[in-house]
Parts: sequence; structure tokens; C-alpha cells
Amino acid sequence: MSAPTRERRASELAPREFLRWMWRQLTSMRTALFLLLLLAVAAVPGSFIPQRGVDERAVEVYVMDHPTMAPILDALGFFSVYSSPWFSAIYLLLMVSLIGCIVPRMAVYAKALRARPPRAPRNFSRMPASGTFETSASVEEVMHAGRRVLGRARIDVVDDAGSGTTELRAEKGYLRELGNLVFHVSIVVVLVGVAVGSLWGYRGAVIVTEGEGFSNTLSQYNEFSSGPLFDAEDLPPFSFRVDRMIAEFQPEGPQRGAPKLFQADVTYTERPGEDPEQYEIYVNHPLSLDGGSVFLVGQGYAPVLRVTDATGEVVFDDAVVFLPSDGSYESQGVIKVPDAQPEQMGFQGFFLPTAVSAGDGAPSTSIYPGAVNPLVGLRMWTGDLGLDEGVPQSVYVLEKDTMTPVNDENGEPFNISLSPGQVQELPGGGSIEFVELKRFARLQVAQTPAMTLPLAGVSVGVLGLIASLMVRPRRTWIRARAGEGGSPTVVEVAALDRVPRDELPEEIDDFLAQFRAELGDSTPEESRA
Amino acid sequence: MSLEQYAQFSNYAMVSATCVLALAFLAHVAEWALARKVEASERALVGADGQDITPPVDAPADPVTERLSRVGVLLTGLAAAILVASVIARGLAAERVPWGNMYEFGLAGTMIALVVYLVLVRTNGVQWLGGIVSGFGLVVLGMSISTYVPAGPLVPALHSYWLVIHVAAVMLAGGLFLVGAAASVLYLIRSRSEERGTVGPVLRRFPASAVMDKIAYRVNAAAFPLWTFGSLIAGPIWAHYAWGRYWGWDPKEVWAFITWVVYAGYLHARATAGWKGRRAALFCLIGFATFLFSYYGVNLFGSGLHSYAK
Ligand code: HEM
Repeated sequence: MSAPTRERRASELAPREFLRWMWRQLTSMRTALFLLLLLAVAAVPGSFIPQRGVDERAVEVYVMDHPTMAPILDALGFFSVYSSPWFSAIYLLLMVSLIGCIVPRMAVYAKALRARPPRAPRNFSRMPASGTFETSASVEEVMHAGRRVLGRARIDVVDDAGSGTTELRAEKGYLRELGNLVFHVSIVVVLVGVAVGSLWGYRGAVIVTEGEGFSNTLSQYNEFSSGPLFDAEDLPPFSFRVDRMIAEFQPEGPQRGAPKLFQADVTYTERPGEDPEQYEIYVNHPLSLDGGSVFLVGQGYAPVLRVTDATGEVVFDDAVVFLPSDGSYESQGVIKVPDAQPEQMGFQGFFLPTAVSAGDGAPSTSIYPGAVNPLVGLRMWTGDLGLDEGVPQSVYVLEKDTMTPVNDENGEPFNISLSPGQVQELPGGGSIEFVELKRFARLQVAQTPAMTLPLAGVSVGVLGLIASLMVRPRRTWIRARAGEGGSPTVVEVAALDRVPRDELPEEIDDFLAQFRAELGDSTPEESRA
Repeated sequence: MSLEQYAQFSNYAMVSATCVLALAFLAHVAEWALARKVEASERALVGADGQDITPPVDAPADPVTERLSRVGVLLTGLAAAILVASVIARGLAAERVPWGNMYEFGLAGTMIALVVYLVLVRTNGVQWLGGIVSGFGLVVLGMSISTYVPAGPLVPALHSYWLVIHVAAVMLAGGLFLVGAAASVLYLIRSRSEERGTVGPVLRRFPASAVMDKIAYRVNAAAFPLWTFGSLIAGPIWAHYAWGRYWGWDPKEVWAFITWVVYAGYLHARATAGWKGRRAALFCLIGFATFLFSYYGVNLFGSGLHSYAK
């Protein structure tokens, strides 16, 4: 085969050419638009499939419900769409495309800012809008009037000695491209700000019962997640105690039971050794400390229960967190008593804030989320709690595999039902007492660094956007030729919109009218009228 | 009046406004139906001259259809006025801003959309959108009834002045999006007929497709900064105070973002790629669909942090 030399040369150049071609494709408007839409499409699945970063428990439920699909979805990153490789790829390409487009445009803009308005085209009638009239004013007066009517445009007046005409060149609307550039730069600022926030940020959730404290270390959290560049050693050393958790509900009326107020009164110390201070955390009113803010995101009941075993020893005496299953605050909880003798004990059951009996034998229900008639209902197991095997256990789940349910003398499951202050004897000795009712606060501790960056970015971006949408760049030319021998001056006007608009002809008519009024009578008030 | 009376009044006014809006819709439907009939009779008079099907747009309009159009606009104005009363009474009954749950979003959103439309009728003469706007408002009001809850105080998370700012901006943007989408639908229908030269009597009641295209663009261009402010500035600020993070890919946030992206694509296409016409109109309609989903659909799905706004 005898390939022509030229072709071989071209193929030698190919990699570079190809790269350049790729770059041009990537930074073209069409690609940017495509990537933008692709990003939108890629964001969709995350709003239908539960996301790890948003709701871990929903993911677990989903995985259990879809045993075949879930592993595939998981491998493809569908449970963390917004940090998946494919989402990041689109996002990064978009960013490169954006920067690749902005930088050259900035250079062009910088040059345009220094440039003078271009010279007039020869043939005005070819312009999208033009007009002509005659006036007794001199060429000089025409140019002065033109300047006044054009206002803040950039204007040059040039005599053309050859043709004996004077032309005025005006350009306005530079703000449009500036707004456009500002807007696009601000998108980059937002993306960078968000990236910084998620790389160095952290977020943790913790449940704290009234009277208990929290110090900001990793081990104290129930859940914790942080950006890859965050070091848990850097957790700021604040601490606080929840003195009181207030929860109020609508006592009556059509919205009876709807939440009215949630508030956690805390005493906090920002740095070790400092004097404690008081603060009220409620929704929309976080405690903002150096290096993190504390938000109230939920609350619930934590009855204090005291368990005595068969030997008469108090083996458990603590507040037990019962997690609410819904807005009625019917809650579920578990008690593990590893120190009980002769056998370990476990309890599992529910808490009702305002219990009413539903009749013979039927289980009670709660009719109001406030604690009007609190009731703890439990069943009991004995045996091995399985705590010694080193397998981490959830405090909210009782592992019943190695335990035996405790029955009453009729062989039915033994039911415990307690109001505050009540004690119930247990089969086989010992007792359980509902000592008092406390509440718990579910708090979120979070820090997102550089948060003002995206905020400033979007805010400035919107201003830039408004400028780029509202400002109308236009070039206007006025050409005047002095009449010979006392005949009137001939004035020609033409205009060109950088962004074509249909209104131009009407506007040039207005402009001509104003222009002539300005020439006929130079007092501006009247000429405008 | 007592709180209960205010609430009662608000409900009656809401139902009345729905009925009046239904009449407005009927007036516009009659307008179209009659346009067809009038055309047919004119044809019969003139004779079967199939050629001349696009008389000048400014041809003197038929007085009856013209009157029906005006009746439609007037009834829409009346419906909007009653709806304003209903929304204000609702606010007085609940002693707060009247947009704290799905029912109220429906009411206040329709109210704002109608007011935006009526303002644009005055300034830009867009009464030709009446049929679509009144029909759409009717659907939203009807759907709102299914999410009715009695007037009452807010859940604690909504105790924030960001509720006023965030929701008001988003609803206003939504009203404008609706007008833009309505113009785009009509644009698509009419431009097709224009291309085929089959602009019939009904379509002749609408402006030339280029005019509708321009209106759609202007309205969307005005709505977009508002949407950006409402959903991507005010929303995240509030989310920071309420939930401890400014952006968490909650479904509502995702869809607000998607809506933003699609409208951004629309503006881009219009402003730079010169995609006037069909493709821009389709973009706009997709954008409106995503807006509806972020405004309504996500709440109905019932997942995410926003869902307590039900
Ligand atoms: C969100 C709303 C956005 C609006 C309203 C917008 C608006 C504009 C406008 C008006 C122009 C060109 C102006 C002109 O040529 O006169 C432009 C150019 C461009 N935009 Fe955007 N933009 C937005 C978002 C984005 C985003 C998110 C990206 C990509 C990350 C992007 C990428 C680009 C690129 C690459 C260009 C220049 C392409 C070229 O000129 O060839 N834009 N944009």
C-alpha cells in the first residue's frame, strides 16, 4: 500500500489535533448544554432511590425489600448518586467546559473593553434599522445632539476628510457580557465552595437525655460522617449538657396533637476551662460554636426504669430511649440488663405518651403526643444477651436467639405495664419500676467550611444573570454631511443589536424622534416630552 | 370575626373562587367554540375559497368571541379577588402567613399565578392565555381540596421568616413559569399550523407564533432569577438553620436543582444557540413539568424533609 505522504503527516499530527478537537468540542456551548442536561438527568435517580447520605435506614429497608436489585444498584453507586463516579464525572466535565469557555471569553472581553466602537458600515440601509432626515442644524450641532441622546454609550466622533462626512460611532451594553462572565464565574465559585464544604465538613447525630452531657468526640456520636479530608482529631472541643427538653403540642382544636414547640435548654462550654453558658436550641435556632453548630432535629421520651434482680440488687437504673415511630410518639424501646442474677434479662416494648385502653384485652393506644398519661408496656426475656461475643449490637435491638421469653402462670407472654411510680414484680423474683419520665433531644452537630462561598457565589451570580438578561448591547452610527450652499444637513442613522431583537425598528423611530427634538430645541425637558 | 369565622370564610371564598374560575374557563372555551362557528358561517357566505386562510392577524375581531374573551378575563379577575380574600382570611385564621402546608401552597400558588397573569394581561395583552391559565388554576384548586387541612398553627420547623421569603419567591416564579409554559404550548400548536398553512379560526384568535415565543422567553427570563433566589439561595439558607446543612440532596432539593438546570438550558439555548421556536418551547415545557414535580409531586411522594409541609 502506498499511502500518500500528506496523509501520513496528518496521522502524525493526529493526537494533537485530536486533543485540540476534543477541547473545542468540550468547551462548546452545545456540549455545555448537553452536560448540563445530563447532570439533571443523573440527579433524578437519587430522588427516588434512598440515599446513604440522606437516610441510612431507608437504604437498609430498600436493600431488604429488593434482594436481587439492591446489590446491582449498590455496585453502580445508586445509593450514593451524588458522590458516585459517574455523577462526579459529569460534574467535573461540566466544570472544565465552563472554565474552558470563560477564560477565552474573559480575554476577549478585556480587549473589547479597551476597543473603540467600530466604524460605520458603508450602506446604512442594509442595517437592521436605519433612518435619515434633514436638518438646518450644523454638523457639529448634530453630533452634540447625538451625544446627548445616546447618553452613556461609548462614543467616538470621526471626520472623514475624503467623503466630507462626519460620523458618530456609539456602542453601549458592555455590562451584558460582564454580567454573563460574572454569572459563569460564580457558578465555578459555587461548585468550588460546595466541594470544599463536603471535603472538610463533618456531620454527626447524637441522642442526649435530659440531665446528660455530650462532649464533642467521635465516640460520643450515634452516627457520624465526614468529608475525606476531615480529621476526627480536629473536632472542636466543646461540650454541653441538655438541662431540659421542652415539647409542646396543640392541646385542642382541629390541629390537636400537632407540634407547637420543641426546645432544648442546654448549658455549654465552648472550650475546656471556660465558664459554662446557657442557650436555648430550637428549630431554626441552632447553637453556633467555633468549629460546629448544634441543631435540634428531633425529640422523644426516655422513661427512667429501675430493675432489681432476684437477689435484691439494683442492676439497672437509667433513662431508656424509646424511639418514636411516628408523629403520635408511640415509641419502641429495649432494655438490656447484663448484670442480672441468676440470668441476664432483656425487655422489649413500647411507650405511649397518652395511653387509653381500647377495651378488654385489646392493646392500649396513644391519643395525644404530649405525656398526659404515660405508659410503658414491656415483655421480658431471660438468657444470654449475646453481648460478650464482641459483635457490635444496636442498643435498640434485642437479640432473642439465645433468650427465652418469660411467660405468666397461664403460659401467656408475661406483660409488664407501668405508669410513672409503679413497680411490678417479675416472675422468678426481682422487680421493675417506672421511676420517672424524661425526654431526650436528638441533636445534629455539623460544620460545613466555606459556607459563605456558595452563598456569595449564587447571590453575585444572580445579579450577573439579571445584567446579562436585561442589558441590551447596541451599536449606533450617525453620519452627517453638511449641505452645500445653504441646503440642509443630511443626517443618517443606523443601529445594530448585538443580540438581535425585533423591537429595534420601533426603537430607532423613537430615537430619531428624540434626536430631532433635541436638534429643534436644545432644552432637554421639552425635547423629551 | 373569630378565628373560626375567618377559617369558615376562607373555605367559602375558596369554593366560590373555584366556581368563578370554572365559569371563566367556560367563557374561554365558548370563545374558541364560537370562533369556529363564526368562521364556518363566514366561509359559507364567502364560498369555498380554501386559499385564503390567513387573513391579517389584526383583522377586526368578531364581537361575540371578543366579548367572551373579555368576560373570561373579568371572571378570572373576580376569581383572583375572591381567592385573595380567601388566602388573607386563611392567614388571619391561622395567625401566620397562609402558606404552611400543601393545601395552602395550592391556594396561594394559584392566587399568585392568576395575579401574575392578570398583570400581564394589562401590560402585555396576554388575555389569549386565559383558557390555559384558568383551566390550570382550576385543576390546582381542585387538587388542593384533596389536601385540605383545617387552619392552624405551624409545625416548629416552619417558624422562620425564611418561610415568607423562600415560599413567596418560589410561588412567584411558579406563576411566571405557568404563563411561560402556557405561551409555549400555544406556540407549539400555532407554529405547526403556520408551517402547514392551516391556521384555523381558533388559532387565529392567538397572536402570531413569534409573539408567543417572545412572551414565553421574557416571562421565563424574569422567573429564572426569582427561582434561583427562592430555591437556591433562600432555600439553602433556611435549610442550614432548620436542618443543619444547606444542601443535602433531599428529593425536593434535587428537583429544585433539576428545574433550575432545565430552565438554565432553556435560557442558554435561547440566548446563545439561537434555538428559538420549537426546541426552546419543548425545553420550557420540560422545565415546567419539573417545576410542577418539585412543587407538588415530591410532596405527594411523601419522602424527604419537606414532606411535613403536607
Ligand atoms: C444557570 C443558568 C445559566 C445561564 C442563564 C447562562 C447563560 C449563558 C449565556 C447568556 C451565555 C452566552 C451569552 C452570549 O453568548 O451572549 C452562556 C454561555 C455559556 N455558558 Fe452559560 N449560563 C448558565 C449556566 C451555565 C452552566 C451551569 C454552564 C456549565 C457549567 C454554562 C456553560 C456555558 C458555556 C460553556 C458558555 C459559552 C459557550 C460558548 O459561548 O460557546 N452555563 N451562558
